[in-house]
Amino acid sequence: MAVKVIQPGALTTVQDLGRFGYQESGMQPCGVMDQRSYAIANTLVGNQNGEAALELSLFGGSYQFDAPCILALTGADMAPSLNRKPCPMNRAVRIKSGDVLTFGFAKSGCRTYLAVSGGIDVPPVMGSRSTNLKCRIGGFFGRALKAGDVLPVGRDDSGFEELKELWYSQPEYPDHVTLRVVEGPQADYFTSSGLDTFYSEAYTVTQESDRMGCRLDGPAITICHGSDIISDGIVFGSIQITSAGRPIILMADRQTTGGYAKIGTVCTADLPVIAQCQPGAVIHFKKISVEEAQKLLQTSRTI
Amino acid sequence: MKTDLRLLPAGDSGIVAEFGNTIDPLVNDQVQALADAIHSTGLSGIRELIPSFRSLLILYDPGILSYQKLTETLKQLSSSLSCGVQKEKRIHLIPCCYGSHFGPDLSDMEKATGLSREEIIAIHSGVDYRIYMLGFLPGFVYLGGLDKRIEMPRLSTPRVKIPQGAVGIGGSQTGVYPLDSPGGWRLIGGTPVDFYDPNRPEPVLCKAGEYIRFVPISSCDYYDIRQQQAKGLYQPEIRTETEAV
Repeated sequence: MAVKVIQPGALTTVQDLGRFGYQESGMQPCGVMDQRSYAIANTLVGNQNGEAALELSLFGGSYQFDAPCILALTGADMAPSLNRKPCPMNRAVRIKSGDVLTFGFAKSGCRTYLAVSGGIDVPPVMGSRSTNLKCRIGGFFGRALKAGDVLPVGRDDSGFEELKELWYSQPEYPDHVTLRVVEGPQADYFTSSGLDTFYSEAYTVTQESDRMGCRLDGPAITICHGSDIISDGIVFGSIQITSAGRPIILMADRQTTGGYAKIGTVCTADLPVIAQCQPGAVIHFKKISVEEAQKLLQTSRTI
Repeated sequence: MKTDLRLLPAGDSGIVAEFGNTIDPLVNDQVQALADAIHSTGLSGIRELIPSFRSLLILYDPGILSYQKLTETLKQLSSSLSCGVQKEKRIHLIPCCYGSHFGPDLSDMEKATGLSREEIIAIHSGVDYRIYMLGFLPGFVYLGGLDKRIEMPRLSTPRVKIPQGAVGIGGSQTGVYPLDSPGGWRLIGGTPVDFYDPNRPEPVLCKAGEYIRFVPISSCDYYDIRQQQAKGLYQPEIRTETEAV
């Protein structure tokens, strides 16, 4: 039981929730960028959250199945078609042997999740099936997928009847978004006008953004004594300000530590929003408290 | 022991416990001691700890552990840290083949420092380097204790590919590249020891708070160790000494 890559798309990788437990040793966690869409995709095919799925970025490519299984697509709408007919998203789809699934470019949003029953069954490395592109481990031989790759699928289409009624609505991915941030840990490195700039101006997602960091362009944020700090720990969503005063939001493939001052952290509930921003998207930042961010997280967990 | 602890939020699932703003063994001792104290409490809801030079990042699950409870616990633990007491110093003895093709920058180092290659090697291998933290790549150690006489600015143009195991000097730091990587450090030697191997039960060789001592070896020894390691027959020696307070 397998899925074969006919054309891989712009960047398709095997991902799960990430490789945790080794950050103290400098190991990047990796894992999916949009945890919400990924969790829904797994739910739809009857998987436990944490089974490996494919993450497709901007342009999805095409894939062929050699046996029956259950499929679900969530996240960015890349106009998927199954045997040249539109393929529904956000619900379970029964796949027959020989079916061909084809994607175009993301109409809105950036990343699509392709989950199959039983997960993409590659061997775990250090407790995770996530692809770590930098260290070339995990996923499919530690790299992005190429044409001709054949990926094992965990389980057949049994259980489809119980899953076929379940559906979710397609999220909207606007090109203007507001990200809520918890200030710190180095907010005191910035001038008060620097902080004002950060919270009042618009920032644009640049082409240089990738799975490691979302690089933004916009008015420079002024810093008191330079943006270099003694390197310290980084989380998913940390907002570093470079010496040029531009923000970088650290994402799934982030380094564990870094040496730029961090003005704030995007709240966990808003990480799926930034994960789906295409280059050109416009971002505003809004300050909230730790407690507010934790309430938002609690609410967003009940999907 | 008195500490100047600052607790700073790193979003909704992280707290930074910061003990100072210097690279100082006494500050780093507190970071390590807090990490040890958190581990020994067995507090539920702690996901991971990321120690760095002067702070500890605590990653937690706010659904299990509230911000307030964690903050209180950290304050309490920090007020009674057991640093300054005598403890064992774990030293990894790391074989290093200095010079030849492993150390293309050693001759530039001779010119810049006015020291002979033998003197540079003796100085570099004569210190127990403290592992302040790991970061940048899995198994990349940030070491403290480099002798000022062999400090050397980074290359103005970084190399595109530095081989795994390369031992280098960058400014006031020295260290080992655990993986092939671009980098700007001056290369003085190479170690046959894998600082990181994802297929080992313990993928990363050493931990923050431990020490590294480089032991000069010949290139024959280098290749012998590489072969033994590939067969799983080699473990670098670890020496335990009692740390003077």
